[in-house]
This record gives sequence, C-alpha cells and structure tokens, in this order.
Amino acid sequence: MKNISELTDFYYKTLYPVLESLEQNRKTLRHRIVVVGVLFTLFFIILGYSLLDAHIIQPDFIIGLIIGYIALGGALYKWLISDYAKDFKQKVIKPLITEIDKNLRYSPELHVPSEYFTRSRIFTSTPDRVSGNDFVRGKIDGVELQFSDFHAEKRHQDSKGRTSWSTIFQGLFIISEFPKHFKGNTIILPDAAESLFGSYLGSWLQSNNFGRNDLVKMDNIEFEKEFVVYGTDQIEARYILTHSLMEKLLTFKKRSKHPLSVSFRGGNIFMAIEYNKDLFEPSIFHSLLKYKIAMEYIKTLHLAIGIVEELKLNQKLWSKL
Amino acid sequence: MSTPLILLIVLGITLILIYNSLVAKKNQVTNIFASVDTQLKKRYDLIPNLVASVSKYMEHEKSILEDITKLRAEANKPNISDEHKIALDKKISSALGSIMVAVENYPELKANENVMHLQRALTEIEEQISAARRAYNQAVTDYNNALEQIPTNFIASAMGYTKKEVFEISEAERKNINVKELFN
Repeated sequence: MKNISELTDFYYKTLYPVLESLEQNRKTLRHRIVVVGVLFTLFFIILGYSLLDAHIIQPDFIIGLIIGYIALGGALYKWLISDYAKDFKQKVIKPLITEIDKNLRYSPELHVPSEYFTRSRIFTSTPDRVSGNDFVRGKIDGVELQFSDFHAEKRHQDSKGRTSWSTIFQGLFIISEFPKHFKGNTIILPDAAESLFGSYLGSWLQSNNFGRNDLVKMDNIEFEKEFVVYGTDQIEARYILTHSLMEKLLTFKKRSKHPLSVSFRGGNIFMAIEYNKDLFEPSIFHSLLKYKIAMEYIKTLHLAIGIVEELKLNQKLWSKL
Repeated sequence: MSTPLILLIVLGITLILIYNSLVAKKNQVTNIFASVDTQLKKRYDLIPNLVASVSKYMEHEKSILEDITKLRAEANKPNISDEHKIALDKKISSALGSIMVAVENYPELKANENVMHLQRALTEIEEQISAARRAYNQAVTDYNNALEQIPTNFIASAMGYTKKEVFEISEAERKNINVKELFN
C-alpha cells in the first residue's frame, strides 16, 4: 500500500492539472455563493420588514422566518455547490482511492448498509434516520473491506408533538473481515467513566452499565485507560484482543485523533470513528492546494484503507483455514 | 421504625451483598479455570500425534520427546490440584516450544503436511490457551483483591477463602506471534 508521502506526491503532481481547473471553478463558485448569499439575505430582510410593516404577520412569527431563512439557505447552498462537489469527488477522491488500491470501488452517493450499523451493536439506540455518502468497497490483500461516511440520527418528540433529531453517530464507519473464529460479541468503547471518575469508581460504574454485556478488564494498562471493553465471553474477548491487537488499536486511536469504538461480531470487525462532520467534501472557502486541506483527504482515506495492514487482518494463517 | 433497627437491616443487607459478591468471584475463578482446563486438554491430545510424526526424524531430541510424553501422562492423571496443573502447563509449554524450534532444523519435517497441520493447530490452541489464562488471571486478581481489601477481607477470612495463584505470562506470549518465523 502507498504511504502518506507517496500519496501527497500523487496529489500534488499527478492531480495538479485537475486541481488547478477545480481551483478556477472553486473561485467562481465562491464568488457566486457570496453574491447569492447577500441577495438572498437582503431579500429575506426586506420580506420580513414589509410583512411586519403591513401587519401581515405578528412579531413572534419572526422566529419562523429565521428558521425558513436557514433551511432555504442551506438547500440553496447545497444546490449551488452540487456540481462542483460531484466534480471534485470524481476527479480527486476517486483517483486517490484507486491510487491507494486499484481493487477498490467508489460510489460517492451511497453509504454502508444501515443493518451493519445496527448489527455492530456499538450504539445501544437504533437510528430512525440514516444518511451518508462516499462508499468505498473492495478486497485488500484478500480481505473484504468497506467504509463510508455515516450519519445516524434518533427522532425525539416533545409533549407538543414537535419532532427534533439528535445525532447518534457521525463519522467514518468501517467494516472488515476478522481473521479469527468467534461466536459472541466483544465491544470496545472510548472510556468516558474511567477518565471522569478515576479508576476505582469508574470501573464500578462500568461494571453496572445496563444494556451492555459483562465488563471485560484488559491486562494492558494504557488500553484500559483509553477504552472500556464489554463482551459476552471473557475468554473469547481476550482471544480476539491479544496483546498485540491492543497495542495496534492504541496506535490506530492515536493516529486517528478522534473517538474510536470497535466491535467484533459475526466474523467481522466494525469500527466507528467519530468526526462529527461530513468527510471527503470539497473545500469551498480554502484552496484545494492548501497542504492542510489535502492532508485531511489523504490521511482519512489512508487511515480507513490501512486498517487491513495496520491491524494485520490479512493474517489468515491459523484459524480461518 | 427505630434507628437501631434500620442500622441493623442496612448492616444485614451489606453483609449479604458482600457475601454474594465473594461467592460470585470465587465461582468466576472456578468457571474460567474449567475453560483453561478444556483448552489444555485439547493441547495434550495433540501431543502423541506430534511425537509420533516427528520422532522418526528427531534423533538428537529424543529426551525432549520423552519428557513431553511423561508430562502429558502426568497432566492426564485424575485429581491433580490446580496449582499442579499450572506448573505442568508451564513445563509443557516450554517443551513444545523447544520441539517447534527443533523442527526448523529438519527440512523434511518442515515440508511434512502432517507436521505443518499440527503446528497450525498448536498455534491456534496456544492463542486460545493464552486468552483463557489471561481471563483466569483477571478473575483471580479480582478474587485476591477482594480477599485483601476492606471490608470484604473480614468476611472472606470468616468464610475461609484463601488466595489463589495466577498463571505466569511469559514474555514471549506478550509479543506478537511471528507467523513468518513459524512457517518459513
């Protein structure tokens, strides 16, 4: 697999002509967005004033007007950038993925099937609405891998019947085959209790976490500080989480710099990396040639595709023969 | 209700909870040891097969092969204590390790389908034993902690509970098993 610096070279050398033309589009688009934004805002202000002036609406309705402004503005923005975003994904993200591994297929519109999300059991609440994009799928070194941007939300209804949505998870969701046989499920979550309440009270709270399986205390101090493990089988959890896999997951967590949850179920490994934003979207207000922007695309893709090598998921030698 | 009565009830409930948690911890140790035992037996069952396959070739390692056969026979005896099992397991692990290293010196053995299969089976079992040992050690640590910590220690000593031994995890086990070294 290509390393980060090779991919950076690819981005700045091979993709340079493409980036340059996209840059032109981006600048025109940015200009258009500013002009349309100003006109749109002015229109709403004038509309609001005249409606109030003519006593067509009451002052309390101003809130509704603002909500309408935000919703319409958002839709307008999406519509304005849609062509540019499509172009960017086809011309930049797709070649980057193929450059990392040519066996991978990329579907910008799709996302990981939502049953995988539920099946992972990483999150206890079932989502009422899922969305996502940038679905990547393929075999790396004989190991099935798929991931995408994923957004799972829960619907809430208050006493007045108003619905609101809260995010269960937003970020990168990865699924891959795991090279060992196991029957139950083992779930690794970021350790919130132990870092908040200290190790003694924290571990007591963890062991009384309803809705989860039994607490599995791991024999790696650093891992225990970072994560909490729940599992259906104490031995199986340790069969999966060998000392070396714990080390590798710690390294992975440090590299991703975002909250990481992992689960093992039905022969698969599921990973949820929380970014709390839509990934692989084109930058509009910063140059695509900016190093920081380029690195975000490259590093995220490299991280997701790299798990097969990083976690040694391709070592199928003994158990799944 | 009078205050002393409430205090008495609270004390009674606390005692019951502590008692139950101690019993649960002790049973957890016993349960997990049973799994360790099953895994160890699986490994013992592979030993005669392994010895039979390699003994034709291994002239210089006859003593290790004899040792391991003896150790296996001893481990299969009924009614041996958990401590003894732990000690035997340590010896068998190291003897098996030496056989695996010795196999490297015999090209015919390395290429032998049967030996290769046995090696794979042993590596797999080794991983499972390692996991079972670690689970056992955690259960024993929880149990031993309860025996030393206040207030569980008073009740534990009244119940006649004694500390249990853990498996020593060797340095080699903590490292990643190098597959290339094993199969090249």
